[in-house]
Amino acid sequence: MQENLQKRDWGGRAVLLLPYLWLVVFFLTPFIIVLKISLSQTAMAQPPYLPVFDLSAGWAGLKEFAAQLSLDSFQLLFTDLIYLLSYLKSAQVAAISTIILLLIGYPFAYGIARAPRGWQPLLVMAVVLPFWTSFLIRVYAWINILQRDGLLNDVLMRLYIVDTPVSWLSSDTAIYIGMVYSYLPFMVLPLYAALEQMDETLLEAAADLGCSRWKTFWLVVVPLSLPGAAAGALLCFIPIVGEFVIPDLLGGSETLMIGQTLWNEFFANRDWPVASAIAVTLLALLLVPMLFYERLQQRSLGGGS
Amino acid sequence: MRRGASPFNIVSVALGLAFLYLPITVLVIYSFNASRLVTVWGGWSLAWYRELLNDAALLQAAWISLRVAAFSATAATILGTLAAVALVRLGPFRSRLLFSGMVYAPLVMPEVITGLSLLLLFVALNVDRGFWTITIAHTTLTMCFVTVIVQSRLIGFDRSLEEAAMDLGCPPLKTFLTITLPLIAPAIAAGWMLAFTLSLDDLVIATFTTGPGATTLPIRIYSEVRLGVKPEINAVCTIMIAVVAAGTIVASLITKGGAASGRRSAPRFEAVSAGIAASSVIGISPESPVRPPCRPPVPARCRSGVR
Repeated sequence: MQENLQKRDWGGRAVLLLPYLWLVVFFLTPFIIVLKISLSQTAMAQPPYLPVFDLSAGWAGLKEFAAQLSLDSFQLLFTDLIYLLSYLKSAQVAAISTIILLLIGYPFAYGIARAPRGWQPLLVMAVVLPFWTSFLIRVYAWINILQRDGLLNDVLMRLYIVDTPVSWLSSDTAIYIGMVYSYLPFMVLPLYAALEQMDETLLEAAADLGCSRWKTFWLVVVPLSLPGAAAGALLCFIPIVGEFVIPDLLGGSETLMIGQTLWNEFFANRDWPVASAIAVTLLALLLVPMLFYERLQQRSLGGGS
Repeated sequence: MRRGASPFNIVSVALGLAFLYLPITVLVIYSFNASRLVTVWGGWSLAWYRELLNDAALLQAAWISLRVAAFSATAATILGTLAAVALVRLGPFRSRLLFSGMVYAPLVMPEVITGLSLLLLFVALNVDRGFWTITIAHTTLTMCFVTVIVQSRLIGFDRSLEEAAMDLGCPPLKTFLTITLPLIAPAIAAGWMLAFTLSLDDLVIATFTTGPGATTLPIRIYSEVRLGVKPEINAVCTIMIAVVAAGTIVASLITKGGAASGRRSAPRFEAVSAGIAASSVIGISPESPVRPPCRPPVPARCRSGVR
């Protein structure tokens, strides 16, 4: 047995090596490069930043390279109001969307968890299926509905609720609709998983001891589903902060979310250092919720080993 | 949970499902609309589908997307499964934290950051951007989803089967191939499918890492959509939805059949928390909240080998 374990350990190393190397090369290294470029300056060159790291110059080259690094890009982020407003806008959209998602997702997940057993896989499948269809398609579907001569205005005008077409697109309302629609499965599934695994006898016990249904819900069901709610909220909040497609297609052009700002800096202004600095700052800000999510994940996996 | 849904439960589920399906339904119906305007119903027509067949650029983009998705999903499945096995089966090792961090981070990493950083890597390495850079980027993005799905399956099943095989003298590699792999096969299949769809779907990372001549379908659709609604795009989207729906249903039928002999996993938070879906395709089946121990037949090869 001892020998076996050792053999497995050897095999284990081999198993680990390939994904480890891949992630170091294509996940970790790119971030180091981003960090490096965020400390560079824009230049009319190819690639459009300075200094360019040149290994052939040896140690002297390295020192010269280090001397040329600057914090200009970061300074710009904190002095130019555009970037600050973008970060705030992203945080606001993410927070409000997550709250709406919780309000819609909770009753939805609760309803599924209380449905007859035989129905539940079907209902879960129904929630999941849109997730498998393209993100872009789902956002596009809303353009069909929200555009000026779209379905929503058509219905509202036929019902005489509005007389002239309302411009739903290019507004924050459209962004929220798109976010809630796209991320609903991410909220419902963890909530459902938490609610479904709840011990039924706890509810019976509460009822036996004279607790009203409403009180049971608040004192027993809600606290027990909190891990699911936290997972769902983080799973929605984090990606929404960096979302690009939804605000770009559905939102207006007054205040951009940070994902759009990064995109513009990179593709329109070709300012790679600032784009990198935005990415670095965004990552630093998201690190807290990400670590929180990771701990939640680890706990549910029981540490893995 | 206590059975018995209240009217409130029923209404909230019905409204939720309506919200999820209404927009897609509208999109599908209007792809068959003879009129160019969304609000005017001009009768049923396949005109926009015919138009698609003449759109060489779009067909080209679809072909590129399918190939990128197939290559990257295969690579991601291999890497992701290895990573899952490493995370579950290896004890604590140095830099485990770094490894698991790198595995889980892409799940929630904003796409703009992943795209930007990969592009800067490709620029630094001075590689020509195009088909293969998108494939590599998608592999990196999707392997973590595969890992999470396979991992939840690995944790779920009975370790004693492997131990029994090894105690009886089955070598580790053979144990893995004859016992472990068949047991986690549905998760691997689901992982591949998810990786495939995610790759087919990705716009942001593809836009960053693409090069001349490698326009994927989402990039193409996106550039059209920015100019407004087009019935042709509705038709493309309908085809994509039909393909995905058919694939999902077939996969769930296959894995249901496979799962019947093995263990049926209770809905598991971790699988779900990857977003996913795939776990439910593998067969979330709430009929058995108490997990029965899994007793699939030990493959004959191993059995005969030890006797």
